Amino acid sequence: MKQLLKLEPRRKVAALAAIWAALMAAPFWMPLLGGYTALGTRVLVLGLAAMSVNFLLGFTGVLSFGHAAWFGIGAYGCGMILKYIALSTPLGILAGTLAGGIAGAVLGALIVRRRGVYFAMVTIAFGQVFYYIAFQWSSVTGGDDGLRPFYRQPLHLGVATLDILNNAVAFYYFVLVCFALAVAAMAFILRSPFGRTMLAIRENERRARFLGIPVELHIWIAFTLSCFFMAYAGSLYALVNNFADPRGLHYSQSGDFVMMAVMGGMRSFWGPLLGAVVFVVFQDYVSSITINWQIFIGFLFVLVVLFFPRGILGAIRRTVVAS
Amino acid sequence: MSLLQVKNVSKHFGSLVAVNNISMTVEPGELRAIIGPNGAGKTTFFNLITGFFTPNTGRIIFDGRDVTDLLPARRVWCGIARTFQVTEVFPELTVRENLRISVEVASGMRLRAWLSQTDDDKIRARVRELIEMGGLAGKADRQVGELSHGDQRATEIMMALALKPRLLLLDEPTAGMGDQETYEITQLIRRLHRDGKLTIVLIEHDMRVVFHLADRIMVLDQGKFLAEGTPPEIAANKAVQTAYLGQAA
Repeated sequence: MKQLLKLEPRRKVAALAAIWAALMAAPFWMPLLGGYTALGTRVLVLGLAAMSVNFLLGFTGVLSFGHAAWFGIGAYGCGMILKYIALSTPLGILAGTLAGGIAGAVLGALIVRRRGVYFAMVTIAFGQVFYYIAFQWSSVTGGDDGLRPFYRQPLHLGVATLDILNNAVAFYYFVLVCFALAVAAMAFILRSPFGRTMLAIRENERRARFLGIPVELHIWIAFTLSCFFMAYAGSLYALVNNFADPRGLHYSQSGDFVMMAVMGGMRSFWGPLLGAVVFVVFQDYVSSITINWQIFIGFLFVLVVLFFPRGILGAIRRTVVAS
Repeated sequence: MSLLQVKNVSKHFGSLVAVNNISMTVEPGELRAIIGPNGAGKTTFFNLITGFFTPNTGRIIFDGRDVTDLLPARRVWCGIARTFQVTEVFPELTVRENLRISVEVASGMRLRAWLSQTDDDKIRARVRELIEMGGLAGKADRQVGELSHGDQRATEIMMALALKPRLLLLDEPTAGMGDQETYEITQLIRRLHRDGKLTIVLIEHDMRVVFHLADRIMVLDQGKFLAEGTPPEIAANKAVQTAYLGQAA
Protein backbone atom coordinates (compact mmCIF):
# COMPACT_ATOMS: atom_id res chain seq x y z
CA MET A 1 0.00 0.00 0.00
CA LYS A 2 2.87 2.28 0.83
CA GLN A 3 4.31 1.61 -2.57
CA LEU A 4 0.97 2.15 -4.24
CA LEU A 5 0.78 5.60 -2.70
CA LYS A 6 4.26 6.30 -3.89
CA LEU A 7 3.53 5.23 -7.44
CA GLU A 8 0.16 6.86 -7.79
CA PRO A 9 -0.67 10.45 -7.16
CA ARG A 10 -2.85 10.58 -4.04
CA ARG A 11 -5.72 12.09 -5.99
CA LYS A 12 -5.91 9.00 -8.16
CA VAL A 13 -6.02 6.69 -5.16
CA ALA A 14 -8.76 8.82 -3.62
CA ALA A 15 -10.79 8.68 -6.84
CA LEU A 16 -10.40 4.91 -7.00
CA ALA A 17 -11.50 4.53 -3.39
CA ALA A 18 -14.52 6.73 -4.06
CA ILE A 19 -15.55 4.69 -7.12
CA TRP A 20 -15.36 1.38 -5.28
CA ALA A 21 -17.09 2.75 -2.20
CA ALA A 22 -19.93 4.07 -4.35
CA LEU A 23 -20.26 0.74 -6.14
CA MET A 24 -20.17 -1.29 -2.94
CA ALA A 25 -22.76 0.87 -1.24
CA ALA A 26 -25.01 1.21 -4.30
CA PRO A 27 -27.88 -0.98 -3.01
CA PHE A 28 -28.12 1.38 -0.02
CA TRP A 29 -27.91 4.79 -1.67
CA MET A 30 -29.63 4.06 -4.96
CA PRO A 31 -33.17 3.75 -3.51
CA LEU A 32 -32.70 7.16 -1.90
CA LEU A 33 -32.25 8.68 -5.36
CA GLY A 34 -35.26 6.85 -6.73
CA GLY A 35 -33.26 4.01 -8.25
CA TYR A 36 -33.54 0.30 -7.66
CA THR A 37 -30.93 -2.42 -7.24
CA ALA A 38 -31.60 -4.16 -10.56
CA LEU A 39 -30.82 -0.89 -12.32
CA GLY A 40 -27.43 -0.86 -10.62
CA THR A 41 -26.81 -4.41 -11.77
CA ARG A 42 -27.61 -3.48 -15.36
CA VAL A 43 -25.26 -0.50 -15.16
CA LEU A 44 -22.43 -2.74 -13.96
CA VAL A 45 -22.89 -5.25 -16.76
CA LEU A 46 -23.37 -2.72 -19.56
CA GLY A 47 -20.56 -0.63 -18.09
CA LEU A 48 -18.27 -3.65 -18.21
CA ALA A 49 -19.26 -4.16 -21.85
CA ALA A 50 -18.53 -0.51 -22.65
CA MET A 51 -15.18 -0.80 -20.87
CA SER A 52 -14.42 -3.89 -22.97
CA VAL A 53 -15.15 -1.97 -26.17
CA ASN A 54 -12.97 0.82 -24.85
CA PHE A 55 -10.14 -1.56 -24.05
CA LEU A 56 -9.80 -1.74 -27.81
CA LEU A 57 -11.05 1.72 -28.81
CA GLY A 58 -9.48 3.90 -26.16
CA PHE A 59 -6.29 2.00 -25.47
CA THR A 60 -5.41 0.39 -28.79
CA GLY A 61 -7.08 2.94 -31.04
CA VAL A 62 -9.11 0.33 -32.89
CA LEU A 63 -12.86 0.90 -33.37
CA SER A 64 -15.02 -2.20 -33.52
CA PHE A 65 -18.64 -1.64 -34.42
CA GLY A 66 -19.56 -5.27 -34.06
CA HIS A 67 -18.74 -6.00 -30.45
CA ALA A 68 -22.40 -6.69 -29.65
CA ALA A 69 -21.81 -10.00 -31.46
CA TRP A 70 -19.44 -11.20 -28.73
CA PHE A 71 -21.72 -9.80 -26.07
CA GLY A 72 -24.64 -11.68 -27.60
CA ILE A 73 -22.73 -14.92 -28.10
CA GLY A 74 -21.75 -14.73 -24.44
CA ALA A 75 -25.40 -14.28 -23.48
CA TYR A 76 -26.62 -17.16 -25.67
CA GLY A 77 -23.75 -19.39 -24.57
CA CYS A 78 -24.59 -18.83 -20.94
CA GLY A 79 -28.33 -19.19 -21.54
CA MET A 80 -28.01 -22.40 -23.52
CA ILE A 81 -25.95 -24.03 -20.80
CA LEU A 82 -28.62 -23.15 -18.25
CA LYS A 83 -31.50 -24.13 -20.51
CA TYR A 84 -30.22 -27.30 -22.17
CA ILE A 85 -27.22 -28.65 -20.30
CA ALA A 86 -26.65 -27.89 -16.63
CA LEU A 87 -28.22 -25.78 -13.92
CA SER A 88 -24.99 -24.05 -12.98
CA THR A 89 -24.41 -20.32 -13.04
CA PRO A 90 -20.57 -20.48 -13.06
CA LEU A 91 -20.60 -23.03 -15.85
CA GLY A 92 -22.91 -20.78 -17.86
CA ILE A 93 -20.59 -17.81 -17.44
CA LEU A 94 -17.56 -19.88 -18.33
CA ALA A 95 -19.18 -21.33 -21.45
CA GLY A 96 -20.53 -17.98 -22.62
CA THR A 97 -17.17 -16.27 -22.12
CA LEU A 98 -15.28 -19.00 -23.97
CA ALA A 99 -17.79 -19.13 -26.84
CA GLY A 100 -17.73 -15.38 -27.49
CA GLY A 101 -14.01 -15.03 -26.88
CA ILE A 102 -13.02 -17.85 -29.19
CA ALA A 103 -15.39 -16.66 -31.91
CA GLY A 104 -13.81 -13.22 -31.57
CA ALA A 105 -10.29 -14.64 -31.74
CA VAL A 106 -11.04 -16.50 -34.97
CA LEU A 107 -12.73 -13.53 -36.58
CA GLY A 108 -10.06 -11.15 -35.37
CA ALA A 109 -7.41 -13.15 -37.19
CA LEU A 110 -9.28 -12.53 -40.45
CA ILE A 111 -9.74 -8.78 -40.12
CA VAL A 112 -6.71 -7.58 -38.21
CA ARG A 113 -5.08 -6.08 -41.30
CA ARG A 114 -7.97 -3.69 -41.89
CA ARG A 115 -7.73 -0.22 -40.39
CA GLY A 116 -10.00 2.60 -39.36
CA VAL A 117 -13.32 2.81 -41.17
CA TYR A 118 -12.64 -0.44 -43.03
CA PHE A 119 -12.10 -2.28 -39.77
CA ALA A 120 -15.31 -0.81 -38.37
CA MET A 121 -17.26 -1.81 -41.49
CA VAL A 122 -15.99 -5.37 -41.46
CA THR A 123 -16.83 -5.74 -37.77
CA ILE A 124 -20.37 -4.49 -38.43
CA ALA A 125 -20.75 -7.00 -41.25
CA PHE A 126 -19.53 -9.95 -39.21
CA GLY A 127 -21.54 -8.84 -36.21
CA GLN A 128 -24.68 -8.86 -38.35
CA VAL A 129 -23.91 -12.40 -39.48
CA PHE A 130 -24.17 -13.54 -35.87
CA TYR A 131 -27.28 -11.43 -35.35
CA TYR A 132 -29.05 -13.15 -38.24
CA ILE A 133 -27.97 -16.56 -37.01
CA ALA A 134 -29.50 -15.81 -33.61
CA PHE A 135 -32.57 -14.34 -35.26
CA GLN A 136 -33.23 -17.11 -37.76
CA TRP A 137 -32.13 -20.34 -36.09
CA SER A 138 -35.32 -20.55 -34.06
CA SER A 139 -35.08 -24.19 -33.01
CA VAL A 140 -31.89 -23.50 -31.03
CA THR A 141 -31.87 -19.78 -30.25
CA GLY A 142 -35.59 -19.14 -29.92
CA GLY A 143 -35.41 -16.82 -32.92
CA ASP A 144 -37.16 -13.49 -32.66
CA ASP A 145 -38.57 -14.36 -29.23
CA GLY A 146 -35.10 -14.84 -27.80
CA LEU A 147 -33.78 -17.66 -25.69
CA ARG A 148 -36.00 -18.57 -22.77
CA PRO A 149 -36.91 -19.86 -20.30
CA PHE A 150 -33.82 -20.23 -18.17
CA TYR A 151 -32.95 -18.93 -14.75
CA ARG A 152 -29.74 -18.03 -13.02
CA GLN A 153 -29.10 -20.61 -10.34
CA PRO A 154 -28.34 -20.09 -6.67
CA LEU A 155 -24.65 -20.26 -5.88
CA HIS A 156 -23.51 -23.06 -3.62
CA LEU A 157 -20.53 -21.79 -1.69
CA GLY A 158 -19.86 -24.89 0.36
CA VAL A 159 -21.03 -23.62 3.72
CA ALA A 160 -23.85 -21.46 2.43
CA THR A 161 -26.07 -20.93 -0.58
CA LEU A 162 -26.39 -17.51 -2.11
CA ASP A 163 -29.82 -17.05 -3.62
CA ILE A 164 -28.96 -14.73 -6.47
CA LEU A 165 -32.19 -15.61 -8.27
CA ASN A 166 -34.65 -14.09 -5.86
CA ASN A 167 -32.49 -11.75 -3.81
CA ALA A 168 -31.71 -8.70 -5.94
CA VAL A 169 -29.12 -7.35 -3.53
CA ALA A 170 -27.25 -10.66 -3.38
CA PHE A 171 -27.27 -10.77 -7.16
CA TYR A 172 -25.93 -7.22 -7.33
CA TYR A 173 -22.98 -8.18 -5.14
CA PHE A 174 -22.37 -11.30 -7.17
CA VAL A 175 -22.22 -9.19 -10.34
CA LEU A 176 -20.04 -6.63 -8.58
CA VAL A 177 -17.49 -9.34 -7.74
CA CYS A 178 -17.55 -10.57 -11.35
CA PHE A 179 -17.19 -6.97 -12.53
CA ALA A 180 -14.27 -6.35 -10.17
CA LEU A 181 -12.43 -9.42 -11.42
CA ALA A 182 -12.73 -8.34 -15.05
CA VAL A 183 -11.83 -4.73 -14.32
CA ALA A 184 -8.80 -5.79 -12.30
CA ALA A 185 -7.68 -7.99 -15.19
CA MET A 186 -8.06 -5.09 -17.62
CA ALA A 187 -6.13 -2.71 -15.40
CA PHE A 188 -3.42 -5.31 -14.90
CA ILE A 189 -3.02 -5.82 -18.64
CA LEU A 190 -2.98 -2.11 -19.38
CA ARG A 191 -0.16 -1.56 -16.90
CA SER A 192 1.94 -4.37 -18.31
CA PRO A 193 4.56 -4.14 -21.07
CA PHE A 194 1.98 -5.61 -23.44
CA GLY A 195 -0.52 -2.95 -22.41
CA ARG A 196 2.00 -0.27 -23.19
CA THR A 197 2.47 -1.67 -26.69
CA MET A 198 -1.30 -1.18 -27.11
CA LEU A 199 -0.88 2.48 -26.23
CA ALA A 200 2.06 2.67 -28.62
CA ILE A 201 -0.11 1.38 -31.47
CA ARG A 202 -2.87 3.83 -30.58
CA GLU A 203 -0.45 6.73 -30.45
CA ASN A 204 1.52 6.04 -33.61
CA GLU A 205 1.24 2.81 -35.51
CA ARG A 206 4.17 3.59 -37.77
CA ARG A 207 6.47 4.34 -34.87
CA ALA A 208 5.32 1.18 -33.10
CA ARG A 209 6.08 -0.91 -36.16
CA PHE A 210 9.54 0.60 -36.52
CA LEU A 211 10.28 -0.08 -32.88
CA GLY A 212 9.91 -3.72 -33.76
CA ILE A 213 6.37 -4.31 -32.54
CA PRO A 214 4.52 -6.71 -34.85
CA VAL A 215 1.46 -4.48 -34.93
CA GLU A 216 -1.02 -6.96 -36.40
CA LEU A 217 -0.22 -9.60 -33.79
CA HIS A 218 -0.61 -7.11 -30.95
CA ILE A 219 -3.89 -5.76 -32.31
CA TRP A 220 -5.16 -9.31 -32.65
CA ILE A 221 -4.29 -10.10 -29.03
CA ALA A 222 -5.92 -6.88 -27.83
CA PHE A 223 -8.99 -7.59 -29.96
CA THR A 224 -9.23 -11.14 -28.63
CA LEU A 225 -8.90 -10.04 -25.01
CA SER A 226 -11.55 -7.41 -25.61
CA CYS A 227 -13.87 -10.08 -27.07
CA PHE A 228 -13.37 -12.30 -24.03
CA PHE A 229 -14.26 -9.44 -21.70
CA MET A 230 -17.23 -8.61 -23.90
CA ALA A 231 -18.52 -12.21 -23.90
CA TYR A 232 -18.06 -12.35 -20.14
CA ALA A 233 -20.22 -9.24 -19.82
CA GLY A 234 -22.74 -10.83 -22.18
CA SER A 235 -22.93 -13.97 -20.02
CA LEU A 236 -23.70 -11.81 -17.02
CA TYR A 237 -26.32 -9.95 -19.01
CA ALA A 238 -28.12 -13.22 -19.72
CA LEU A 239 -28.20 -13.78 -15.96
CA VAL A 240 -29.51 -10.26 -15.36
CA ASN A 241 -32.48 -10.80 -17.67
CA ASN A 242 -32.89 -14.58 -17.48
CA PHE A 243 -33.23 -14.14 -21.20
CA ALA A 244 -31.02 -13.80 -24.27
CA ASP A 245 -32.23 -11.38 -26.90
CA PRO A 246 -31.17 -11.49 -30.58
CA ARG A 247 -31.21 -7.67 -30.52
CA GLY A 248 -28.29 -7.92 -28.12
CA LEU A 249 -26.20 -8.90 -31.16
CA HIS A 250 -27.49 -6.18 -33.47
CA TYR A 251 -25.11 -3.47 -34.65
CA SER A 252 -27.27 -0.83 -32.98
CA GLN A 253 -26.33 -2.47 -29.69
CA SER A 254 -22.66 -2.19 -30.69
CA GLY A 255 -23.33 1.46 -31.40
CA ASP A 256 -24.79 1.89 -27.91
CA PHE A 257 -21.61 0.49 -26.35
CA VAL A 258 -19.42 2.78 -28.45
CA MET A 259 -21.70 5.67 -27.46
CA MET A 260 -21.30 4.86 -23.76
CA ALA A 261 -17.52 4.72 -24.14
CA VAL A 262 -17.27 7.98 -26.08
CA MET A 263 -19.78 9.79 -23.89
CA GLY A 264 -18.03 8.76 -20.69
CA GLY A 265 -14.55 9.40 -22.02
CA MET A 266 -12.66 6.89 -24.08
CA ARG A 267 -9.21 7.90 -22.97
CA SER A 268 -10.01 7.18 -19.36
CA PHE A 269 -10.26 3.75 -17.83
CA TRP A 270 -13.47 4.48 -15.91
CA GLY A 271 -15.06 6.76 -18.50
CA PRO A 272 -17.16 4.05 -20.17
CA LEU A 273 -18.66 3.04 -16.82
CA LEU A 274 -19.77 6.62 -16.31
CA GLY A 275 -21.10 6.60 -19.86
CA ALA A 276 -23.09 3.47 -19.03
CA VAL A 277 -24.48 5.09 -15.88
CA VAL A 278 -25.69 8.09 -17.87
CA PHE A 279 -27.00 5.94 -20.71
CA VAL A 280 -28.84 3.36 -18.61
CA VAL A 281 -30.29 5.79 -16.11
CA PHE A 282 -31.35 8.17 -18.86
CA GLN A 283 -32.91 5.31 -20.78
CA ASP A 284 -34.71 4.08 -17.68
CA TYR A 285 -36.24 7.44 -16.84
CA VAL A 286 -36.94 8.81 -20.31
CA SER A 287 -38.34 5.55 -21.67
CA SER A 288 -40.98 5.62 -18.95
CA ILE A 289 -42.09 8.99 -20.35
CA THR A 290 -41.78 8.46 -24.09
CA ILE A 291 -40.99 5.53 -26.38
CA ASN A 292 -38.83 7.88 -28.42
CA TRP A 293 -36.17 7.99 -25.71
CA GLN A 294 -33.40 7.39 -28.23
CA ILE A 295 -33.89 10.87 -29.67
CA PHE A 296 -32.98 12.31 -26.30
CA ILE A 297 -30.00 10.02 -25.81
CA GLY A 298 -28.83 11.00 -29.28
CA PHE A 299 -29.20 14.66 -28.44
CA LEU A 300 -27.25 14.22 -25.21
CA PHE A 301 -24.56 12.34 -27.13
CA VAL A 302 -24.21 15.15 -29.67
CA LEU A 303 -23.93 17.71 -26.86
CA VAL A 304 -21.23 15.73 -25.10
CA VAL A 305 -19.22 15.15 -28.27
CA LEU A 306 -19.48 18.83 -29.24
CA PHE A 307 -18.63 20.33 -25.90
CA PHE A 308 -16.63 17.61 -24.16
CA PRO A 309 -14.65 15.85 -26.88
CA ARG A 310 -12.87 13.83 -24.20
CA GLY A 311 -16.15 12.70 -22.70
CA ILE A 312 -17.73 13.52 -19.38
CA LEU A 313 -14.92 12.06 -17.31
CA GLY A 314 -12.30 13.74 -19.50
CA ALA A 315 -13.99 17.09 -18.86
CA ILE A 316 -14.19 16.44 -15.10
CA ARG A 317 -10.54 15.44 -15.01
CA ARG A 318 -9.52 18.57 -16.88
CA THR A 319 -11.41 20.72 -14.40
CA VAL A 320 -9.84 18.95 -11.43
CA VAL A 321 -6.33 19.23 -12.86
CA ALA A 322 -6.85 22.89 -13.70
CA SER A 323 -8.08 23.72 -10.20
CA MET B 1 32.77 -7.62 -43.40
CA SER B 2 30.52 -4.75 -44.40
CA LEU B 3 27.57 -4.14 -42.10
CA LEU B 4 25.17 -3.10 -44.83
CA GLN B 5 25.30 -3.94 -48.50
CA VAL B 6 22.65 -2.53 -50.77
CA LYS B 7 22.92 -4.11 -54.18
CA ASN B 8 21.39 -2.46 -57.25
CA VAL B 9 18.03 -1.64 -55.73
CA SER B 10 15.30 0.03 -57.75
CA LYS B 11 11.84 1.18 -56.76
CA HIS B 12 9.21 2.61 -59.02
CA PHE B 13 5.74 3.92 -58.33
CA GLY B 14 3.82 3.54 -61.59
CA SER B 15 5.95 5.24 -64.20
CA LEU B 16 7.95 7.23 -61.64
CA VAL B 17 11.33 5.68 -60.94
CA ALA B 18 12.06 6.91 -57.42
CA VAL B 19 15.22 4.88 -56.89
CA ASN B 20 17.13 3.70 -59.93
CA ASN B 21 19.71 0.95 -59.54
CA ILE B 22 21.53 2.24 -56.47
CA SER B 23 24.17 0.35 -54.52
CA MET B 24 25.79 1.30 -51.23
CA THR B 25 28.14 -0.40 -48.83
CA VAL B 26 28.47 0.77 -45.23
CA GLU B 27 31.30 -0.43 -43.00
CA PRO B 28 30.90 -0.98 -39.24
CA GLY B 29 31.49 2.23 -37.30
CA GLU B 30 31.03 4.44 -40.32
CA LEU B 31 28.92 7.58 -40.45
CA ARG B 32 27.51 7.91 -43.92
CA ALA B 33 25.56 10.88 -45.20
CA ILE B 34 23.21 10.75 -48.15
CA ILE B 35 22.57 14.07 -49.83
CA GLY B 36 20.82 15.22 -52.95
CA PRO B 37 18.26 17.76 -54.13
CA ASN B 38 14.58 17.32 -53.31
CA GLY B 39 13.12 14.36 -55.12
CA ALA B 40 16.48 12.62 -55.37
CA GLY B 41 15.02 9.45 -53.86
CA LYS B 42 16.85 9.64 -50.53
CA THR B 43 13.86 8.88 -48.30
CA THR B 44 12.63 6.15 -50.65
CA PHE B 45 16.09 4.63 -50.46
CA PHE B 46 15.81 4.66 -46.65
CA ASN B 47 12.39 3.11 -46.86
CA LEU B 48 13.81 0.26 -48.89
CA ILE B 49 16.51 -0.41 -46.30
CA THR B 50 14.05 -0.40 -43.38
CA GLY B 51 11.32 -2.39 -45.08
CA PHE B 52 8.75 0.36 -45.42
CA PHE B 53 8.82 -0.56 -49.12
CA THR B 54 10.12 -3.66 -50.85
CA PRO B 55 12.41 -2.94 -53.82
CA ASN B 56 11.27 -3.97 -57.29
CA THR B 57 14.77 -5.24 -58.02
CA GLY B 58 18.01 -5.61 -56.05
CA ARG B 59 18.95 -7.10 -52.69
CA ILE B 60 19.67 -5.72 -49.25
CA ILE B 61 22.19 -7.62 -47.14
CA PHE B 62 22.55 -6.69 -43.48
CA ASP B 63 25.39 -8.27 -41.54
CA GLY B 64 25.62 -11.11 -44.05
CA ARG B 65 21.89 -11.82 -43.99
CA ASP B 66 19.52 -11.12 -46.87
CA VAL B 67 16.79 -8.94 -45.35
CA THR B 68 15.18 -7.84 -48.63
CA ASP B 69 11.91 -9.64 -47.95
CA LEU B 70 11.70 -9.18 -44.18
CA LEU B 71 8.90 -7.13 -42.64
CA PRO B 72 9.85 -3.86 -40.90
CA ALA B 73 9.54 -5.24 -37.36
CA ARG B 74 11.83 -8.15 -38.21
CA ARG B 75 14.46 -5.83 -39.62
CA VAL B 76 14.35 -3.95 -36.35
CA TRP B 77 14.99 -7.24 -34.57
CA CYS B 78 18.02 -7.70 -36.85
CA GLY B 79 19.38 -4.39 -35.59
CA ILE B 80 18.19 -1.70 -38.00
CA ALA B 81 16.53 1.28 -36.32
CA ARG B 82 15.36 4.54 -37.84
CA THR B 83 13.89 7.95 -37.30
CA PHE B 84 11.59 9.72 -39.71
CA GLN B 85 11.66 12.98 -41.64
CA VAL B 86 8.56 14.10 -39.77
CA THR B 87 9.19 13.13 -36.15
CA GLU B 88 7.30 9.97 -35.19
CA VAL B 89 6.78 9.63 -31.45
CA PHE B 90 3.90 8.73 -29.13
CA PRO B 91 2.67 12.31 -28.62
CA GLU B 92 0.25 11.84 -25.72
CA LEU B 93 2.70 9.83 -23.64
CA THR B 94 5.56 11.27 -21.63
CA VAL B 95 9.20 11.11 -22.68
CA ARG B 96 9.72 8.46 -20.01
CA GLU B 97 6.82 6.35 -21.29
CA ASN B 98 8.00 6.69 -24.89
CA LEU B 99 11.43 5.42 -23.92
CA ARG B 100 10.07 2.78 -21.60
CA ILE B 101 8.05 1.19 -24.39
CA SER B 102 11.16 1.14 -26.59
CA VAL B 103 13.30 -0.41 -23.86
CA GLU B 104 10.70 -3.07 -23.08
CA VAL B 105 10.34 -3.98 -26.73
CA ALA B 106 14.11 -4.11 -27.11
CA SER B 107 14.35 -6.39 -24.07
CA GLY B 108 11.96 -8.87 -25.67
CA MET B 109 9.27 -8.14 -23.09
CA ARG B 110 6.61 -6.78 -25.41
CA LEU B 111 4.24 -9.68 -24.78
CA ARG B 112 4.78 -9.85 -21.04
CA ALA B 113 1.82 -9.28 -18.77
CA TRP B 114 3.96 -9.04 -15.67
CA LEU B 115 7.40 -7.72 -14.72
CA SER B 116 9.52 -8.82 -11.80
CA GLN B 117 10.91 -6.12 -9.54
CA THR B 118 14.38 -6.85 -10.93
CA ASP B 119 13.24 -6.43 -14.53
CA ASP B 120 11.33 -3.31 -13.62
CA ASP B 121 14.38 -1.79 -11.93
CA LYS B 122 16.59 -2.63 -14.89
CA ILE B 123 14.15 -1.03 -17.30
CA ARG B 124 13.83 2.10 -15.20
CA ALA B 125 17.60 2.42 -14.95
CA ARG B 126 18.02 2.04 -18.71
CA VAL B 127 15.28 4.62 -19.34
CA ARG B 128 17.01 7.09 -17.01
CA GLU B 129 20.27 6.50 -18.82
CA LEU B 130 18.64 7.26 -22.18
CA ILE B 131 16.97 10.37 -20.78
CA GLU B 132 20.35 11.63 -19.58
CA MET B 133 22.07 10.79 -22.83
CA GLY B 134 19.44 12.60 -24.87
CA GLY B 135 19.64 15.69 -22.66
CA LEU B 136 15.98 15.30 -21.68
CA ALA B 137 16.40 15.18 -17.90
CA GLY B 138 14.19 18.19 -17.09
CA LYS B 139 11.41 17.11 -19.44
CA ALA B 140 11.11 13.39 -18.75
CA ASP B 141 7.59 13.52 -17.34
CA ARG B 142 6.09 15.87 -19.88
CA GLN B 143 4.01 14.75 -22.83
CA VAL B 144 6.23 14.53 -25.89
CA GLY B 145 3.62 16.31 -28.02
CA GLU B 146 4.08 19.45 -25.90
CA LEU B 147 7.85 19.62 -26.28
CA SER B 148 9.88 21.67 -28.73
CA HIS B 149 10.71 20.21 -32.09
CA GLY B 150 14.31 19.62 -31.03
CA ASP B 151 13.32 17.74 -27.87
CA GLN B 152 10.81 15.64 -29.80
CA ARG B 153 13.57 14.77 -32.24
CA ALA B 154 15.94 13.92 -29.40
CA THR B 155 13.25 11.68 -27.91
CA GLU B 156 12.79 9.95 -31.24
CA ILE B 157 16.51 9.36 -31.61
CA MET B 158 16.74 7.99 -28.07
CA MET B 159 13.79 5.69 -28.79
CA ALA B 160 15.65 4.30 -31.78
CA LEU B 161 18.78 4.02 -29.66
CA ALA B 162 16.89 2.16 -26.93
CA LEU B 163 16.61 -0.68 -29.43
CA LYS B 164 20.41 -1.11 -29.25
CA PRO B 165 20.64 -1.02 -33.03
CA ARG B 166 23.73 -1.92 -34.98
CA LEU B 167 22.69 0.47 -37.71
CA LEU B 168 20.87 3.73 -37.09
CA LEU B 169 19.17 5.53 -39.97
CA LEU B 170 18.31 9.18 -39.43
CA ASP B 171 16.09 10.91 -41.99
CA GLU B 172 16.88 14.64 -41.88
CA PRO B 173 17.54 14.81 -38.15
CA THR B 174 17.85 18.61 -38.11
CA ALA B 175 14.98 19.43 -40.50
CA GLY B 176 13.04 22.49 -39.44
CA MET B 177 15.27 23.34 -36.49
CA GLY B 178 16.90 26.56 -35.36
CA ASP B 179 20.66 26.96 -35.02
CA GLN B 180 20.81 26.03 -31.37
CA GLU B 181 18.68 22.92 -31.79
CA THR B 182 20.65 21.91 -34.87
CA TYR B 183 23.84 22.24 -32.90
CA GLU B 184 22.52 20.11 -30.03
CA ILE B 185 21.25 17.35 -32.29
CA THR B 186 24.55 17.38 -34.20
CA GLN B 187 26.46 17.00 -30.97
CA LEU B 188 24.19 14.15 -29.93
CA ILE B 189 24.75 12.30 -33.21
CA ARG B 190 28.47 12.91 -32.93
CA ARG B 191 28.56 11.42 -29.43
CA LEU B 192 26.63 8.36 -30.54
CA HIS B 193 29.04 7.84 -33.39
CA ARG B 194 32.33 8.66 -31.69
CA ASP B 195 31.69 7.38 -28.17
CA GLY B 196 29.01 4.80 -28.86
CA LYS B 197 30.80 3.42 -31.95
CA LEU B 198 27.43 3.32 -33.66
CA THR B 199 27.11 2.91 -37.41
CA ILE B 200 24.91 5.69 -38.72
CA VAL B 201 23.45 6.56 -42.10
CA LEU B 202 21.77 9.94 -42.30
CA ILE B 203 19.96 12.02 -44.86
CA GLU B 204 20.59 15.71 -44.38
CA HIS B 205 20.10 18.97 -46.20
CA ASP B 206 22.19 21.14 -43.88
CA MET B 207 25.67 21.01 -45.42
CA ARG B 208 27.34 22.26 -42.23
CA VAL B 209 25.97 19.23 -40.44
CA VAL B 210 26.93 16.85 -43.24
CA PHE B 211 30.49 18.06 -43.59
CA HIS B 212 30.92 18.21 -39.85
CA LEU B 213 29.76 14.65 -39.19
CA ALA B 214 30.17 12.40 -42.20
CA ASP B 215 33.01 9.98 -42.89
CA ARG B 216 31.70 9.45 -46.39
CA ILE B 217 28.99 11.04 -48.45
CA MET B 218 26.79 9.56 -51.16
CA VAL B 219 25.04 11.92 -53.56
CA LEU B 220 21.81 11.03 -55.32
CA ASP B 221 20.06 13.00 -58.03
CA GLN B 222 16.66 12.22 -59.54
CA GLY B 223 16.73 8.68 -58.25
CA LYS B 224 20.18 7.95 -59.62
CA PHE B 225 23.61 7.57 -58.08
CA LEU B 226 25.74 10.64 -58.72
CA ALA B 227 28.87 10.37 -56.60
CA GLU B 228 30.39 8.95 -53.45
CA GLY B 229 33.47 9.92 -51.48
CA THR B 230 34.92 11.68 -48.47
CA PRO B 231 33.63 15.18 -47.71
CA PRO B 232 36.58 16.92 -49.47
CA GLU B 233 36.16 14.69 -52.51
CA ILE B 234 32.45 15.48 -52.72
CA ALA B 235 33.08 19.19 -52.24
CA ALA B 236 35.51 19.08 -55.18
CA ASN B 237 33.30 16.95 -57.43
CA LYS B 238 32.21 18.88 -60.53
CA ALA B 239 29.10 16.80 -61.18
CA VAL B 240 27.93 17.34 -57.64
CA GLN B 241 28.58 21.05 -57.84
CA THR B 242 26.45 21.46 -60.93
CA ALA B 243 23.65 19.17 -59.79
CA TYR B 244 23.46 20.16 -56.21
CA LEU B 245 25.86 22.60 -54.65
CA GLY B 246 25.64 24.65 -57.83
CA GLN B 247 21.99 25.30 -57.14
CA ALA B 248 22.77 26.76 -53.76
CA ALA B 249 25.61 28.96 -55.01
